[in-house]
Amino acid sequence: MSTALAEAGESPGRRALRRFMRHRLAMFGLIVVTIFVMAAVLAPWIASHDPLETSWSRLRQAPSWTHPFGTDENGRDVLSRVLFGARASLMAGVVAVLGAALIGVPVGLVAGLAKGWVDAVISRISDAMLSIPFLILAIALAAFLGPALENAMLAIAISISPVFVRLARGMALEATGTDWVEAARALGNPPWRIAVLHVLPNILPPLLVQGTLAIAEAIIAEASLSFLGLGQQPPAPSWGSMLNSAQRFIEAAPWLAIFPGLAIFVVVLAFNLLGDGLRDALDPRESR
Amino acid sequence: MAAFLLRRLGQVIPTLLILSVLVFALQQLMPGDPALILAGEERGDPEVLAQIRSELLLDRPLVEQYLHWLWRVLHGDFGFSWRIRLPVAELILSKLPVTFQLASMSFVIGVALGVPLGVLSAVWKDRPSDWVINGVALFGISMPNFWLGIMMILLFSVQLGWLPPSGYVPLWEDPVQSLATTIMPAFVLGTGVASILMRHTRAAMLSALSQDYVRTARAKGVAERRVVFRHALRNALIPVVTLGTVEFGKLLAGAVLTEQIFTIPGFGKLVVDAVFNRDYPVVQGVVLATALIFVTLSLIADLLYMAINPRMRQA
Repeated sequence: MSTALAEAGESPGRRALRRFMRHRLAMFGLIVVTIFVMAAVLAPWIASHDPLETSWSRLRQAPSWTHPFGTDENGRDVLSRVLFGARASLMAGVVAVLGAALIGVPVGLVAGLAKGWVDAVISRISDAMLSIPFLILAIALAAFLGPALENAMLAIAISISPVFVRLARGMALEATGTDWVEAARALGNPPWRIAVLHVLPNILPPLLVQGTLAIAEAIIAEASLSFLGLGQQPPAPSWGSMLNSAQRFIEAAPWLAIFPGLAIFVVVLAFNLLGDGLRDALDPRESR
Repeated sequence: MAAFLLRRLGQVIPTLLILSVLVFALQQLMPGDPALILAGEERGDPEVLAQIRSELLLDRPLVEQYLHWLWRVLHGDFGFSWRIRLPVAELILSKLPVTFQLASMSFVIGVALGVPLGVLSAVWKDRPSDWVINGVALFGISMPNFWLGIMMILLFSVQLGWLPPSGYVPLWEDPVQSLATTIMPAFVLGTGVASILMRHTRAAMLSALSQDYVRTARAKGVAERRVVFRHALRNALIPVVTLGTVEFGKLLAGAVLTEQIFTIPGFGKLVVDAVFNRDYPVVQGVVLATALIFVTLSLIADLLYMAINPRMRQA
């Protein structure tokens, strides 16, 4: 009884935060993501070696105390390269998803609020983009734009953006039917004001969930593009390109393939846990 | 049914038209002059360049280029590979059976693992077995499939020596060898499908099990096994079947990296080789072909949905 009363007086944001903090898997995901972000930011200080420093006297050495993840085919320290590789992966994931949301959300809001032919045109364009499998679209765009990390991020951002268009459009359509938007319109608010003040705040929770899960997808996409030589260019370290060169030494130096892949897997898992946790915490229908 | 089909086609045709504009626009992103790339050694010769430009219509306005391109695509002409000197459509058709075999095997693995696990985890909701199954699905979604492929080669080919690490033998030449070369990549792709199907089956089963007809069946004293399989599962499978159709289309995209790792000469390997060789017409053709396959599959998904859902039949 007392907890029910306490919950009734609680703001939705505070309740979501409390539920999120109690969600063990989500907190675990948050901690892992934080560790990876710290590793990426602090890489120059915590890495024991220069990620580009080659040495002919220590080619493909198995993991040891001095080189916990071993050394690669050019004698470079794999742990240092994995740490610096976190920069490319996390940056690509976050920048691509921010870009996709910045393109997709306004376009989706316009479609949902304007309706009519504007909505029809925007919806058909996003349908057309969604009919090309995500990775194939990203590969094709990156191939045509040319191999570079910036182009890979742009290709991923464009490929993910229709997901945000759909989400924003759906929420805008849903909101226009509600009493509070009807009231805002009756009071003479212009459409942009309704979009920014009345629809956008309501989209934020699902947007946060979708964004977190999209980062996981974008990190895999960046690794895939780098694996194909379309992302970060060598010798700069990235997990995908490290896996590509590791393939040639799979028998002699398996550690080259194990650690970069493990890094991708763990960080993607963490973002997925975080996204699932946010979904549970922000779902108003869930009553925990 | 006819009205629904017409309405659905009314949506598909504009989508396809826009798709064609997008795919055509891809080549405008290309860095540099295609004529220079094609001329190769003779790039210094202005006459050769002019000839290539007029042959490829590069000297015409964009709208005219697009209409020409669309006209040829509508007649099944997807252009000409710059490197392999073969029509792109022919190349794609020759690679499709290989990928189709791989995708079918992955799909069977995905359904055989995903659907039963989804049902079990819904029935055992919030019990330890549910957590374990959910955990495995989350691993499956988070695992980059190209890394899983490399790890499987490391374990089953390098360490244990049970399976060949790469290569492909057509099914009709040597079925046993063909299965041996495709089972690892099929498993890699299948786990991804299984994870997604498992999550959706679980959600659909949970919502079906909370319906009134399930409560009525239980109240009548129907055995729990019968409630789960006859009453809940039959309804829960409706969205899963349509999702499965779309997932089959996504396998084509998933095959890109997996085929590269296991050196299987399919559709995915064709894309990667084309990307490496800057063979732009092939990249463009593959994008168009996958999108066409995908649109067809989602149409089939809608028809299947109508066919298995009696409530949709009158509509």
